[in-house]
Amino acid sequence: MNASDGLRAMFLAQSTELRRRYPETLVVGWRRKVPLLVLCAAAIGVYFVGLMILDISPAKFVSGIGRLFDIVELMLPPDPESWARVLLYLGALGQTLAIAFLGTMLGAVIGCPFGLLAARNVVANRLIHLLTRRSLDSVRSVDILIWALIWINVVGLGPFAGALAIMSADLGAFGKLVSEAIEAADRRPTDGVLAAGGSRLHSVRFGMLPQVLPVIASQLLYFFESNTRSATIIGIVGAGGIGLQLSEQIRVLEWQQVSFLILLILITVAALDWISQRLRGAIIGRRG
Amino acid sequence: MTRLVPVPPAAQLAGPISDYQQAVAAKRRHLALGAVLIATALVISAVGAEVRPLTFWNHIGNFTSYFDRLLMLDTGARVWTDPREWYWGLARWGRLLGETLLIAYVATLTGIIGAFAAAAPASRNLMRRVWVRFAVRRSLEFCRTVPDIVFALIFVAAFGLGALPGVLAIAIHTTGALGKLFTEVVENIDMAPVEGVASTGASWLSQVRFAVTPQVLSNLVSYALLRFEVNVRGATVIGFVGAGGIGQDLIVAIRKFYYSDVSAMLLMIIATVMAIDMLSARLRHRLLAMESRP
Repeated sequence: MNASDGLRAMFLAQSTELRRRYPETLVVGWRRKVPLLVLCAAAIGVYFVGLMILDISPAKFVSGIGRLFDIVELMLPPDPESWARVLLYLGALGQTLAIAFLGTMLGAVIGCPFGLLAARNVVANRLIHLLTRRSLDSVRSVDILIWALIWINVVGLGPFAGALAIMSADLGAFGKLVSEAIEAADRRPTDGVLAAGGSRLHSVRFGMLPQVLPVIASQLLYFFESNTRSATIIGIVGAGGIGLQLSEQIRVLEWQQVSFLILLILITVAALDWISQRLRGAIIGRRG
Repeated sequence: MTRLVPVPPAAQLAGPISDYQQAVAAKRRHLALGAVLIATALVISAVGAEVRPLTFWNHIGNFTSYFDRLLMLDTGARVWTDPREWYWGLARWGRLLGETLLIAYVATLTGIIGAFAAAAPASRNLMRRVWVRFAVRRSLEFCRTVPDIVFALIFVAAFGLGALPGVLAIAIHTTGALGKLFTEVVENIDMAPVEGVASTGASWLSQVRFAVTPQVLSNLVSYALLRFEVNVRGATVIGFVGAGGIGQDLIVAIRKFYYSDVSAMLLMIIATVMAIDMLSARLRHRLLAMESRP
């Protein structure tokens, strides 16, 4: 402490001298500071104006927090009440996983051709791949819950609509991903196969696929993981799975059931995280 | 025949060839096993998800005709023949869309502040006390795993209808998601500047301010921008449960089959989301360029 105090005193005593000698480290120029300050002020200004427009006041917040604590108190301890309900919830959970799995696989199968079309080194026609990219982008910018509502209109309420919604939302993201994986693939193995006398099909099978497949497989696992999260909420609009139970229990204010359901979701997601991490390690490890 | 590559006699080749065939056979077995597993899982999940191919086949016409009707006005004319009639609610929808963007913005900023505050105590190299780290990390995990719309459902019960529960829900989810990313960034910093600042007797807070922040800021900003994109999408549907934004009008329009309204709002949403994605991508690239220059 004493040593650093001494250092500080020394610095203060010679500060003008030091500032003159090392301006680039000790003097911050206004030219750099002003735009940054203006930007920060604007960001904060928009924040508070936003709070005002959205009609969010501290009083509202405080009274709501009080009620929120009441609710949390009502939630504890998590209690499903009966074994029949536990079975019901576990069934819904299984349905959620089924929706996520089916949606992911469907999205992958249908997304792959779109990905091929959107890859710059597969389709030379700029118009085609520009169009494919834009439509993939617009599919991606529609949220999964909106897709669920649309599919409910087509196939009716239930988990099937949920799986189709996940498929639609995945389509955009997966197509983009496949096209990027293909574009990033090394050309040399493909050229090598061609040089050894292989046909174009051979070059795709033995030069391209071994590079692209592990990337796609490990990404598929990520998608499945994130889709499980989406599938838990898709029931809120009536598309099956555990979200249906969750929103119903919240609507009838059965808070102990709600907390049990949230706990169930947390455990499932954590378990899936762990498993997919293992699997991903196996997929990448086997190739490496 | 002349060969480019010398080929050893058959007797010498027999061993490697059978090895190769065995390896290929093993790989094929793995592949077949994997295929069977995936097929079984597919069948099980198809049953679980109540897939009815027949219904799907019979109703797939609904899908195309649904989009067909989306582009039809009440009068039966195509929407683009009468844009004024199509976008009759433009003022209201524009306001709601603006509200949606504000919800995303306010929630993202709040979440950034929360994540920033949480990142330092959650990092291995800045926080020595194990229990603090553990507590902060577990709470971040909780915030991240519970979907924002579930938070919104609960908050609507506590705070009432309006934008406040939506902002809070997205903010909490953002804190969880960004907190993890920020922690990873902070754990990967160069510790030399931190030691340098610490050696002058600076407090923990000054160390974070002068040694850590300059190293991580550009990374954090680009993650925050990415999160803003995600949150704009999230904010469009948070209104489904009554938590403000354009979602509240959209769900009414979809449920009550106001076809042309649905398409009008969807187009507005898609255009906005795409514009924001593009803007933020450009900003992030500029940020990266700024980073690599010095």
